Amino acid sequence: MIRIEGVTHRIGAAPILHDIDLTLPRGKLIALIGPNGAGKSTLLRLIARLEPLQAGRIEIDGLDLATTPTERLALTMAVMGQQTHIASRLRVAELVGFGRWPHHHGRPKAADREAVRQALEAFGLTLLKDRFLDEISGGQAQRAHLAMTFAQGTDWLLLDEPLNNLDMAHSRALMARLADLVRGSARSVVTVVHEVNYAAAWADHVVAMKGGRVVAEGPPETVLTEPVLSALYDTPVEVMRHDDRPLVLHHHWHDQLGTPLPVRTDTDRPTLH
Amino acid sequence: MTARPLAAGLVLALLVLASLGLGAAQIGPGAAAGEGWTTLVLMESRLPRTLAVLLTGAALAVAGVVIQSLVRNRFVGPDTAGTGESAALGLLAITLLAPGAPIWVKMVVASLSAMAGTALFLQIVRRLPVREVMLVPIAGLVLSGIIGAVVTWIAWEADLLQFVGTWLMSGEFSGVIAGRYELLWIAGAAAGLAWFAADRFAILSLGDQVATGLGLSTRGVMRLGMVVVSVVSAMVVTTVGMIPFVGLVVPNIVARVMGDNLRASIPVVAAGGAGLLLACDLVGRIVRHPYEIPVGTILGVVGSVIFLWLLYRPAVRG
Repeated sequence: MIRIEGVTHRIGAAPILHDIDLTLPRGKLIALIGPNGAGKSTLLRLIARLEPLQAGRIEIDGLDLATTPTERLALTMAVMGQQTHIASRLRVAELVGFGRWPHHHGRPKAADREAVRQALEAFGLTLLKDRFLDEISGGQAQRAHLAMTFAQGTDWLLLDEPLNNLDMAHSRALMARLADLVRGSARSVVTVVHEVNYAAAWADHVVAMKGGRVVAEGPPETVLTEPVLSALYDTPVEVMRHDDRPLVLHHHWHDQLGTPLPVRTDTDRPTLH
Repeated sequence: MTARPLAAGLVLALLVLASLGLGAAQIGPGAAAGEGWTTLVLMESRLPRTLAVLLTGAALAVAGVVIQSLVRNRFVGPDTAGTGESAALGLLAITLLAPGAPIWVKMVVASLSAMAGTALFLQIVRRLPVREVMLVPIAGLVLSGIIGAVVTWIAWEADLLQFVGTWLMSGEFSGVIAGRYELLWIAGAAAGLAWFAADRFAILSLGDQVATGLGLSTRGVMRLGMVVVSVVSAMVVTTVGMIPFVGLVVPNIVARVMGDNLRASIPVVAAGGAGLLLACDLVGRIVRHPYEIPVGTILGVVGSVIFLWLLYRPAVRG
């Protein structure tokens, strides 16, 4: 369980988070959603101890973030921040191998090698394992980073927009993998997602944030509703049911944006090749 | 793949043999070990000189890997980060303030001063915009220039310009004899320390986020790296003077071929640095035999050519 108490955060003079109190349950796939600038990433980075805590207290499985050594925390949570360009010239397998570093500190054992092999396989990187990171695509590098986080084998996975750079198939595969991890191995995942339908389709628990505050939380059915989402994003949405889960439609409200499009005629139809 | 390290080892061994055999004084392979003159030249001059070159080349190249992973920029070396000049400043200060201090005190002061200079460089780099990669080497060159100017000015005021010149001018090994190079073993030991922490440096160069996520104390690794770079620079500058380019080009060439898995690449970097410096030192000994050209000068030419080639040639696929 992650317990967040009275967390307030500023960057310079700008307030980012206001007195957040939040409990994130174990064994669930938790999605943080909200508009740009809501403070989702900042909250995730605070939990991941990537930013120093300014006020309040965060506890993860009973470990106080402020007092627990960082190498101990690395055995409890694995973190993937938003992708920054990395100039280091590592092979894919070497990068994923570093995911095991918190366990062996330089002397990998058979179990570590096996975990790396599994992580490579899980992310479809087995054929790319000897390629250098600067010779593969952005999406492939993203998957390599995700594989490293998986190889770390921690109870908690904290992911900041892991779907960046991923195509439709890989996004779906990643969410399925995360859900599988939660249901099959009783691990817990906290992820920031931009596209609410990934939260709708896969999350067990959704936390909606806006303006540095938590405005709603709960199962997708209670959070991903028309009133909550319209207010959250300040844009009209329509929520349907699909596959017994919410499906959010928000691409089709041209008239609400004041730019009605001409009605399609048959000649505008795309041709399929 | 196994042929490559073998070939490299053979080249290095040949260079060492050549270094032991070549110099102003004539010694022949026919001369037995019992012959006094040959033994004297070998043990007092050739062997110390060869060891000094190998240690310096290896340590500088490894220090280059370390500083490049600390600042996450391939275009810096221990000689372009203000470290050598800072060491000279420290040594100058202790010479003026406590001329009678024992040599180890002087070395400690030089190392601490080099560390302060490196810390200042890292502070400056942290404030630079991340995407402007070329600002990092420029900042290093400017900082080196400023500290070097301070050293020159103080030395000029104190009438110690000649004394300081041996550190700041291009380095050379012709003065190395037994008893006057042993401090370089400390530089070699510092490079060895870097190899033990190789994974930590490799992880640090993946960025603060990844390093923190893997439970690494980034500050601790930064400090360790600064100690390595500073001790290597201080020992090299005070023993043989400034040796340019080794710490810059060797890590770059090795990274192109084998990547940045430092646990595997640091030994190769060390061997490469030793080999390059020894080859340049030999050229310096041969070109105007029996006179010598300082190895720093040779390296200035060779190193800049290699560096330009690295800049213009895209990375090979490995």
